[in-house]
Amino acid sequence: MHTTLHHNQQEINNQLKIFIDEIKKRERSDSHLITILHKAQELNGYLSKEIMDLVAEEMQIPTSVIWGVATFYHYFKLSPIGKYNISVCMGTACYVKGASEVLETIKETLEIEIGETTEDMMFSLQEARCIGACGLAPVAMINDKIYGELNPKKIVDIINKLKEEALEEEKIVQ
Amino acid sequence: MSTVKIFINNKEYNVDSTYTIMKACDEIGIKIPRLCYHPKLSISSGCRICIVEVEGMRNFVASCSYPVSEGMKVHTNTDAIRQARKDILELILDNHPKDCNTCVRDEVCELQQLASSIGLRERKFEGVLRTPFVDASSPSIVNNHDKCILCGRCVRVCAQIQNVSAIDYANRGFNTVVVPAYNNPIAESVCTLCGQCVNICPTAALTEQNYTKDVFSLLNDKTKVKVAQIAPSVRVAIGEAFGIKPGNNMAREIVHALKLLGFDYVFDAQFSADLTIMEEASELLERLNGHGKLPMITSCSSGWMKALEQFYPELIENVSTCKSPMSMLSSVVKSYFADKIGKKPTEIANVAIMCCVAKKYEAKRPELAMEDGNPATDYVLTTRELAWMIKSAGIDFKNLKGMDFDAPLGFSTGAATIFGVSGGVMEAAVRTAYELATKSKMENIDVIAVRGNEGIKEGAININGTEIRVAVANGLGNASKLFEELKKDPNKYHFIEVMACPGGCIGGGGQPYAGIQDLPFDPKLVNERAKALYSSDEKNTIRRSHENPSIIQLYKEFFGKPLSEKSHKYLHTHYKQKFPKGILRKSGKEAK
Repeated sequence: MHTTLHHNQQEINNQLKIFIDEIKKRERSDSHLITILHKAQELNGYLSKEIMDLVAEEMQIPTSVIWGVATFYHYFKLSPIGKYNISVCMGTACYVKGASEVLETIKETLEIEIGETTEDMMFSLQEARCIGACGLAPVAMINDKIYGELNPKKIVDIINKLKEEALEEEKIVQ
Repeated sequence: MSTVKIFINNKEYNVDSTYTIMKACDEIGIKIPRLCYHPKLSISSGCRICIVEVEGMRNFVASCSYPVSEGMKVHTNTDAIRQARKDILELILDNHPKDCNTCVRDEVCELQQLASSIGLRERKFEGVLRTPFVDASSPSIVNNHDKCILCGRCVRVCAQIQNVSAIDYANRGFNTVVVPAYNNPIAESVCTLCGQCVNICPTAALTEQNYTKDVFSLLNDKTKVKVAQIAPSVRVAIGEAFGIKPGNNMAREIVHALKLLGFDYVFDAQFSADLTIMEEASELLERLNGHGKLPMITSCSSGWMKALEQFYPELIENVSTCKSPMSMLSSVVKSYFADKIGKKPTEIANVAIMCCVAKKYEAKRPELAMEDGNPATDYVLTTRELAWMIKSAGIDFKNLKGMDFDAPLGFSTGAATIFGVSGGVMEAAVRTAYELATKSKMENIDVIAVRGNEGIKEGAININGTEIRVAVANGLGNASKLFEELKKDPNKYHFIEVMACPGGCIGGGGQPYAGIQDLPFDPKLVNERAKALYSSDEKNTIRRSHENPSIIQLYKEFFGKPLSEKSHKYLHTHYKQKFPKGILRKSGKEAK
């Protein structure tokens, strides 16, 4: 998902248009709106207003309808995702073992709410249902890595470590 | 038609086999309580108020969507059903503010009336309320989110009747709201402000922007000359707000009431409807002679004008440059009439009483302002707002003797009266265009082809040997179908009338709320209003706009002739594309 963020917008739009043109050949193409929004998010990283406008125009579906679908499903992201996407599992096992404290700590540390991204585009925060690692509860996923047996102190350490890593990377690039 | 035998409350009936239980019950005279259902909209079965008991079924069923079948035994009014309905409504009300006494819909609230008829007389729970949030960004429509019960009638009317889809549900569960795309304020959406959502809303979630307080203050302002004007459709609907049977023309009572409220002059938007016809018929003849684009499309309907700018920018040059009758009259009052009474335009306040909520937006259009930058029309009130003001001022509307409109801008012809009905502007324009072009009397001036409540009507008229093909669409959804056809054959018509609201202005978004036994944009109700206007036209001794003596005088004293330089200055305008651009669903693809 993150690799495509470096492509320019024109290219993303073109790829999406090609995808939509294929869909439009099918019968009742209107009913494939969710598939198209998935593709849009895959290409663009999140559903921006511009990308939803493009889907509306290409599909001839009113924007209010697209907005309705995009806000209904948790999967769709309406703001850009940071370098590190933190999903805190709020499934039963994790919840019982203190996931909400972990979540609150992240919110306080990063000063963001669920569904938001830090201003420096470093961290995004999501809630997840069970991710099938109950034995390690409470758990969080950061991008595709699982961090288990969390507590408030541990998650702050992880966040700080990721920040350092990112700074190092930046230095190397410069 | 095949029928089935069913039992409703232990009595046997033969009903159409395609019916739902609700429809079968309606036909035998039992009106099952309902909320999210509307016969013109798709069935959502969301509110569950209309549940009934069907023997052999484990659960109660929603009668709006459940089909009848042979031998079915239905009970509509058992203790268990009555209790279940109460419980359902109570749960809806638990998340609804308990401020009925101070709510703008008090006494005319469908939800309140439903609670009363269902017999909900106690409340057992304290539900969580939505965070109050008001979108008052538009001068026409206000969205009070905390009053919304999510019945979805507004969403469906906007998508299915109007093909506008300005609003839809967003988010999910308790956080669900009805909003324009991207949670934008209404003012920054594709909303055409037709107000059909306001008319169909069962609560105060969607209302007009209310200017009654401003107008009461204005009426106490001694420095202003207060001028009122009323639209044709207001007079045949306002009675409904006072419990009078639909279809009474109460123009004289309204004039009397407005005088009692403190207006100095009461003029008639029908006068300026005649003026519109003079200009528009002349413009049509010009265009037919090769000066300008065809087909020419009417420009009276404010909701249609906003739709034009956002959905059909490619048709802007086809639309008549004539201002609406309201804006023409306001302009004439602040120019010609101001001179007559020796006042400056700034010393005059124009209040327009309209059947429309989009007219509130029109009044604020900068391109319609007077030379000094002030608006031509200062305030627009809906029929509903005026009815409330009359009640609030303690005026005994039903028993008023009635008064005549003031001269010189109060006299109108039958042609102007029918502006309120779909097809009326077309018919009035044809009467005048024919006679201006042929210099001879039109034999039969009733243009029947463009009458009636079909969504799209077509006709043809022979003027000087040329067949002029005309079309009329009412409701923006029908207009979109008509324009889809026009794309295929751009030369199909010479002249098209479009009204944003179903039925035309008589079905306007500012008309009185339907009572609990009636329906918003119910064809029967709209027909009664239409009949009253057509009969006023027939009774009028002058039925052609160009024969209106006050109009003749106005041209003699002020404008010279139609389409003169002066009339362009005061009576014509131009439109330009606005954003966001609207997206039209192709017909047959309307949202469910």
